[in-house]
Amino acid sequence: MSVEGAPQEDPELKALSQALHQLYDPVLDEPVPERLRARPRSWRAAAIAASWAFLGLCAGTIAGWQLHAAHPAIAPQAEVPGFVKRAAVAHATYSPEVRHPVEVGADQEQHLVAWLSKRLGAQVRAPKLEAVGYSLVGGRLLPGDNGPVAHFMYQTAQGRRITLYVRTEAAENRETAFRFAAEGNVKVFYWIDRKLGYAISSADIGKDDLLKVANVVYQQLNP
Amino acid sequence: MNDAESIVEMIPRLRRYARALAGDRAAADDLVQDTLARAWAKLHLYRRGTDLRAWLFTVMHNVYVNQLRAARPGVQLDEELPELSQPARQSDGLELRDLDLSIRRLPPEQREVLLLVVLEDMSYEAAAGTLGIPIGTVMSRLARAREKLRAMLSGLPQGGTQLKVVK
Repeated sequence: MSVEGAPQEDPELKALSQALHQLYDPVLDEPVPERLRARPRSWRAAAIAASWAFLGLCAGTIAGWQLHAAHPAIAPQAEVPGFVKRAAVAHATYSPEVRHPVEVGADQEQHLVAWLSKRLGAQVRAPKLEAVGYSLVGGRLLPGDNGPVAHFMYQTAQGRRITLYVRTEAAENRETAFRFAAEGNVKVFYWIDRKLGYAISSADIGKDDLLKVANVVYQQLNP
Repeated sequence: MNDAESIVEMIPRLRRYARALAGDRAAADDLVQDTLARAWAKLHLYRRGTDLRAWLFTVMHNVYVNQLRAARPGVQLDEELPELSQPARQSDGLELRDLDLSIRRLPPEQREVLLLVVLEDMSYEAAAGTLGIPIGTVMSRLARAREKLRAMLSGLPQGGTQLKVVK
């Protein structure tokens, strides 16, 4: 018996196919039972995950605060710019989203980047992270403490997500080196490059892995 | 159309495949329900722009395999033949009924390949991707499934007595 070539060309399979369709196609016309139409609880699960992440963030912030009071010298949180916390909150809010993780999908990347650049009043770019296993999901516009913020989301094939928060910086802000902060379970690498402040966040991957991604982002955005 | 709407659109297709795979209506809809629950929960793993149907069928395959594993290992599928719930059709009803019975008597892994390629019209490559197996395995399972079907259908007595699987 030959199994080479396209399966649909085999006359015996064609006959079998017709018979199978005759047998099972009536199912297509049956009304779908209510229990299959009912919305699942994943929405709620995602919302719970998000609120846990938020609680973790609060706990982390409070812990950092107390740590700061007791041992000011070893409290890196004290020097973390406000936008880094906002970036972590945005990550915790949007990364568990199942249906609406982004406002504009990666299929409209050009439009997304042009739109966000226009709103921020500065040229922003969505870095290419395929080399480190991440593809662009899309992005959204967020309110920041000094104007609109661009928020890009990326994910691996396994669904691990990172977000890149980009905001415009006031003129007096100097450049900063690459810095790390942990807000609850959200890890953040951030830096400021004259006009723009960047924060790259993830709760799904470890610090070392996030650092690798952050390095690639940093190199692409600050050549 | 967003992903969620696309999934809802696919429900009839999932039900058809599940019916052929699992046999009776209740078991098939249980399979679909479990598949949908998992798909909704794992929707963030679906990569936009790729074939949603293939992804859903992969999810269903995983759920089905887990169900089979959870079933008692000593039970042979052949012994658990469920009664047909729908009456045979007028014309070639007997033949179709025999085919239905024969399909259910195939080992699950052969039945899956046969249904994906012949009923769902997938290429060998797509079926291999859906089931997570090499193309060569798809082809050999399909060949074995066809051999078994042929043997079962040709060895049919004219009445409705139990089929005997000819090795």
